[in-house]
Amino acid sequence: MKYMLLIYNDPAQQPKFGTPEFDQFMTGYFAANERMKSDGVLIASEALQGVQTATSLRRKAGKVETMDGPFAETREYLGGYYVIEAPDLDAALTYAALIPSADFGTIEVRPLMDYNPAG
Amino acid sequence: MPQAIPGPAHAMAAAALLDRTMQTDRSRLVAILSASLRDISLAEDVLQEAAVSALTHWGRNGTPASPAGWLLKVAQRKAIDRLRKTSRHSRVTEALALLTNDDLMPDKDFIPDERLRLIFACCHPALEPKSRVALTLRTVCGLTTAEIARAFLDADTTMGQRLSRAKAKIAATGIPFAIPGPDQWAERLNTVLTAVYLIFTTGYVNRLDETRDLCHEAEFLARLINQLRPDDPEIEGALAMILLIGARRFARVSPNGASLPPDEQDRGLWDADKIAEGRHVLETAVRRRAPGPFQIKAAVADCHMSHPGPDWPQISVLYAALWRFEPTPVVGLNGAVAIARAGDLTRGLSLIEDFKEALSDYQPWHAARADLLARSGNVDAAREAYGQAIERATTDADALFLRRRLNEIR
Repeated sequence: MKYMLLIYNDPAQQPKFGTPEFDQFMTGYFAANERMKSDGVLIASEALQGVQTATSLRRKAGKVETMDGPFAETREYLGGYYVIEAPDLDAALTYAALIPSADFGTIEVRPLMDYNPAG
Repeated sequence: MPQAIPGPAHAMAAAALLDRTMQTDRSRLVAILSASLRDISLAEDVLQEAAVSALTHWGRNGTPASPAGWLLKVAQRKAIDRLRKTSRHSRVTEALALLTNDDLMPDKDFIPDERLRLIFACCHPALEPKSRVALTLRTVCGLTTAEIARAFLDADTTMGQRLSRAKAKIAATGIPFAIPGPDQWAERLNTVLTAVYLIFTTGYVNRLDETRDLCHEAEFLARLINQLRPDDPEIEGALAMILLIGARRFARVSPNGASLPPDEQDRGLWDADKIAEGRHVLETAVRRRAPGPFQIKAAVADCHMSHPGPDWPQISVLYAALWRFEPTPVVGLNGAVAIARAGDLTRGLSLIEDFKEALSDYQPWHAARADLLARSGNVDAAREAYGQAIERATTDADALFLRRRLNEIR
């Protein structure tokens, strides 16, 4: 099954660039990436730019409304994701636990919808 | 020459045999089918269809040598048919491969017991705690939705929806029907045993006129898990705890309906066989020298039954050990009470205050504080605390007990 590991965190809680904590944080990400690649489970992975770059859009009564910032008023924002292929939820959770942001944010694990173009 | 004459006697024999087989083997069949289909709803559906077929086939052709094996084979065939019709998912292909591979199909005379895998799926931490309990009672213990709803004071439809949501989540998210590996074992086992304990405590406070006694179901589950995974000290600890607390069940309420703490109970009403078995199981667990929260809780239950009264110094040591595994306010509260009852009232009372905020709506916090205040001679404060406790009492028995205590200090 394919799972998306969605990384939510509060940017204020994230280690600051240039600190030893930040280096450790990045080392953790490199290690997680390497492990997912060498296990052959990694399908895709991206990090998003900061939430201050977000623009949200909705259509109301046929009219497009565009606004600054993310839609939801929360402290934890989507910061990036992995898409992995794992045999079951437990395996997916094991990979999710490798993501360093789990120390101060939340990793949400969701199975992808399974479309079969053949039928 | 086999009897092949269909008739009412055949039909009745078939129905009786089917009834008995479904009673004794249903959970094992659901477990095997769920493990290969990775879908409890589908497993239950195809087993139900197989049971309907059994009624006609057995009535017409006579009953099979292995009724459970017959049901399993037919249910698997029905599952294959269904999956072929609706094969939209890649997961389905895997299930089909499993089902159609004869090497993996159990011999019809030997049905392996896969119930532990089913239990770990039902008690997966990705499900809500209440759903874990409900699903385990439904699939492993075979309670009806109505029986589970009654035990948790829910409407049938609410409980039915809860069960379907949980089954759907297991199928959709790929929760495995698997026994966790060593790195996840301790945490996942604790989740399973916690669900079993929750079943037990729900039964403990329920009235005894329920059709299915949840204390009995919890004991059954603990024994089953212990049998399927022998020699695990925490499983033994959970079983011992259920036996030791269960032994006091019929003494926990006074003839006028008020709750009684263990040191005020009529010891003659304690179940001596359960105590003996519980102590034996606990000793076996402790000899394995791998302490854990359930063993400690079982030891606490045992110490409450010491002669001539509870062994409070030992209980306070046990709560200090439990705190290392479970640093929760409730464990802290119980530890504070044990310290006070062991002799250090002042320290116990001051420790209780540490949990004031976390437990401000928890009746036992107010009741424990009231009791310790009364013991330290602070009568007015004790009265007020009993008043707070009575307001928060969740059962009539607890309210009666607290009122009696309040009257005793007047």
